[in-house]
Amino acid sequence: MSEAEIATLAAILAAMVRAATPLVFAALGELVTERAGVLNLGIEGMMLMGAVAAFGTAHAGAGYAAAMAMGAGAGVAMSLLFAFLALGLRANQVACGLALSIFGVGLSAFVGKSLVGTPIEALPALPIPLLSEIPVVGRALFSQDILVYVSVLAVPAISWFLFKTRPGLILRAVGENHDAAHDIGYSVLKVRVLAIMFGGAMAGLAGAYLSLAYTPMWVENMSSGRGWIALALVVFATWVPARALLGAYLFGGVTILQLHAQNWGIPVSSQILAMLPYLATIIVLVLISRDETKIKLNAPACLGKVFHSGR
Amino acid sequence: MALHLELRPEPSRAMLFVAPMLAIALTVATGGVLFAALGFSPLPALKVFFLSPLGDLYGISELLLKATPLAIIAVALALGFRGNVWNIGAEGQLIMGAVASGGVALALYDVSGYWVLPVVLLAGVAGGALYAGIPAFLRIRFHANEILTSLMLNYVATLFLAWLVHGPWRSPEGYNFPESRMFTDSALMPVLLEGTRLHVGALLAPVVALIAWVILSRSFLGFQIKVIGMTPAAGSYAGFGPKRVIAFTLMFGGGMAGLAGAMEICGPIGQLVPTVSPGYGYTAIIAAFLGRLHPFGILLAALLLALTYIGGDAAQISLGVPLAVTQVFQGMILFFLLACDVLIRYRVRLAARPSLGGAA
Amino acid sequence: MKMTRRTGLALVLAMATGLFGGMTAKAAEPLKVGFVYVGPIGDHGYSYQHDQGRLAVEKHFGDKVKTTYVENVAEGADAERVIRQLAAAGNDIIFTTSFGFMNPTAKVAKQFPKVKFEHATGYLRGPNLATYMARFYEGRYVAGIAAGRLTKSNKLGYIASFPIPEVVRGVNAFTLAARSVNPKAEVRVVWVNSWYDPGKEREAAEALMAQGVDVLAQHTDSAAPVQAAEEKGVWAIGQASDMSRFGPKSHLTAIVDDWSGYYIDRVQAVMDGTWKSTDTWHGFDADMVRLAPFNPATPADVKAEALSVEQQIKDHKLHPFTGPIKDQSGKEVVAAGKTVSDADLLKMNWFVEGVIGSMPK
Repeated sequence: MSEAEIATLAAILAAMVRAATPLVFAALGELVTERAGVLNLGIEGMMLMGAVAAFGTAHAGAGYAAAMAMGAGAGVAMSLLFAFLALGLRANQVACGLALSIFGVGLSAFVGKSLVGTPIEALPALPIPLLSEIPVVGRALFSQDILVYVSVLAVPAISWFLFKTRPGLILRAVGENHDAAHDIGYSVLKVRVLAIMFGGAMAGLAGAYLSLAYTPMWVENMSSGRGWIALALVVFATWVPARALLGAYLFGGVTILQLHAQNWGIPVSSQILAMLPYLATIIVLVLISRDETKIKLNAPACLGKVFHSGR
Repeated sequence: MALHLELRPEPSRAMLFVAPMLAIALTVATGGVLFAALGFSPLPALKVFFLSPLGDLYGISELLLKATPLAIIAVALALGFRGNVWNIGAEGQLIMGAVASGGVALALYDVSGYWVLPVVLLAGVAGGALYAGIPAFLRIRFHANEILTSLMLNYVATLFLAWLVHGPWRSPEGYNFPESRMFTDSALMPVLLEGTRLHVGALLAPVVALIAWVILSRSFLGFQIKVIGMTPAAGSYAGFGPKRVIAFTLMFGGGMAGLAGAMEICGPIGQLVPTVSPGYGYTAIIAAFLGRLHPFGILLAALLLALTYIGGDAAQISLGVPLAVTQVFQGMILFFLLACDVLIRYRVRLAARPSLGGAA
Repeated sequence: MKMTRRTGLALVLAMATGLFGGMTAKAAEPLKVGFVYVGPIGDHGYSYQHDQGRLAVEKHFGDKVKTTYVENVAEGADAERVIRQLAAAGNDIIFTTSFGFMNPTAKVAKQFPKVKFEHATGYLRGPNLATYMARFYEGRYVAGIAAGRLTKSNKLGYIASFPIPEVVRGVNAFTLAARSVNPKAEVRVVWVNSWYDPGKEREAAEALMAQGVDVLAQHTDSAAPVQAAEEKGVWAIGQASDMSRFGPKSHLTAIVDDWSGYYIDRVQAVMDGTWKSTDTWHGFDADMVRLAPFNPATPADVKAEALSVEQQIKDHKLHPFTGPIKDQSGKEVVAAGKTVSDADLLKMNWFVEGVIGSMPK
């Protein structure tokens, strides 16, 4: 490969990682929520509230740490609203999640009105010494900002939590069979509320990444449907954290590639090329789904089902 | 003090009607506070939002026009949701229905006759059903989860329609703008009320609801759907695999979404354009659950949702309420409606002992 | 009630214009002006600029007008209802600001013959339906001159939304200008299939820069490409509004949409009773298109050359689409000395030589 080609490859990889990062955050959060047996379709609304809260905080000069915390906090606040309705009042989860999205789109637009058109400094990159000097991969993976690293490190952390710790086991048990978990003496509601809050925090961070790092600005509806892609990625991942990361990188990578491919002289319309990330995700899912038993093993059996403690 | 929920042995019949009333009361109260806090007089604002769209025959015709695609899609989706089939792809199926029917309408551009419109509409049904057949096939043959496949196919459909109207199906008289030719009269839905846009398709919504109700409550297939919905394993014990249910519910949902798409382009739009739906396929999911997955409940839910959209526009026009506020308000209405349903299945008590039901 | 109010208002207006001419419009009820936007005002792009025009109308006329807007209106069945609602609410003139509103506007215009309608970027007109659009390609031509001079890699990038004539004209004008000063320049086009998706726009910008592009132009709404250019240290040309705050070092200039003059004129015409259905296509000459101030770091000769081209276009001494013009295959499409007619510009769907990228067939 020539030097220019290597540089291009590095740029593609770096762009792929960044494009995937909001999806990684949101998908990991939703994955944990779903592992506890709760389907929260309000990711888009939580992301937007996270984005506007983080941006507003940074814009007010409170610093990035506070901005990220506010982004996550706004996501948590939204998720608590969902938890109150879906768990507290046993309202339908699917509909509540969708309503939360509508609510979040409107609320973020409303509170962000005065922030439109004002810039902030982007979250700075933090090159990791030595690692960032590795050719190609170094630039792509180790010269990113703090949120990218957090998103990647969250994968082993969540895997460890879910599969190696006792609270993780309880969380999965609640999602798998809430009646049995209840009979053993675990508080199904408490576990689920915490899982929903974690999902909210991660969706909020996904939004914060958009408005602080990826495109440091606030414009209405800036998540442009990424919450929905994240939702699909949880299914793609068959509820396994590492696969969620792979799925996000696959989706992000194909998205970036099709933009490059438009200048390769292929006589195909851009609309057709733009279908590729979606089609690629479907095809890969089909390939990994062929083994039915593997999928069934991972899907939380109580996903979306109402728990009646009195029974 | 905290809320304590007690499961009722039987859903309360009285609460079936009390719950929505309570939701409306809560909506009016909090909506009034919301509008007042933002500097709008609360009563006129609420009146504009909920009553002005119903003020005259034209307003009601617009309400029915908007509710029709929502109702048709939601009724069909609900069958799947009852059987644990998660079709999130109605938006794409609607678009592909519009593409198929639009293609036929353009192919029959020079033809006139009473049979043209039925053929065009049937093409829409077929287009939507076949497109929904893709996730059905992938689920049955490869166990691929339909939430992902149907959702991803929405984006593919949007891009496919965009390609058609920007490219091969562009109107030759349209200065290369992204639009097809306007359809001729034989491919257009006859208008029900002179001077309005309400077309005969509105009559189909109750018909589709009736069909869905008959399927659900009177047919063996409906029995299968309900059994699988309650416990997926029970279906296979009882000797019927869920394959039939998956294929039927997905393709029925797709077909009806396709019909809705066909009726949009042969009705109020009159041609193929890049945007044929303002998200009916997604809103219909809310309508389905708001209507408690019951065909006739869904008809009401679709009307209510249509009202909140039209009311939101009216509030922007008459009072200058920003769109963001109308969306917040719409979200609140949905929250109240969904939350008040708790009264139907549960007795709510105030307990001295803190319980997570309230703490959540 | 709605009907009586509307007829009442119409009566008042008829009296005002009929008996006292334009003078007493002030004494009567304020003139009601409606706007329909395709995006949210908070997009800080196309719809935002139209709303700036609305605010300019309010500022200019004070309490002589009352403006109303509806934002984020989908280009489908909903548009007609919203436009009709605005007409029924007694608006005297209604601006519908996106191409997709054309047929709905035309339908409602027939039902409300007394209301004036103005549709942006379309081609259907009627007794009470005028059209207006801006010659943004003039701005893109000037930007192309500067881009052709500034590029070192001879690769220019263009982030494009949808393959419609409006966008194609812009790409072509930009390319023609760049190659007029730098025959080696080529323009790489990436379609993002969206008017407004900051993340996607950024990704397109990064893809282009990875291919060696060192000047970016965009026909999408957000400032994300300008920000991306700032990080990489390449030039970027903003869109719709002055985006220099998002790229103090990278922002070369921007092609600014300025609808305020037109909106004020048209509202004034309704007040005066002189409104006619017209087909307006203004550019630099009427300040409907402006260039944001050039970056202070722009080399003086480049800036001077660009400004001189701007002046020539403004004075109608230079037409960006003057032959010889070759298409992508190298075939001469416009002979030397000939200019492309407005009719052909309106429906332009082919790329000029030097553009790398394709359109749906």
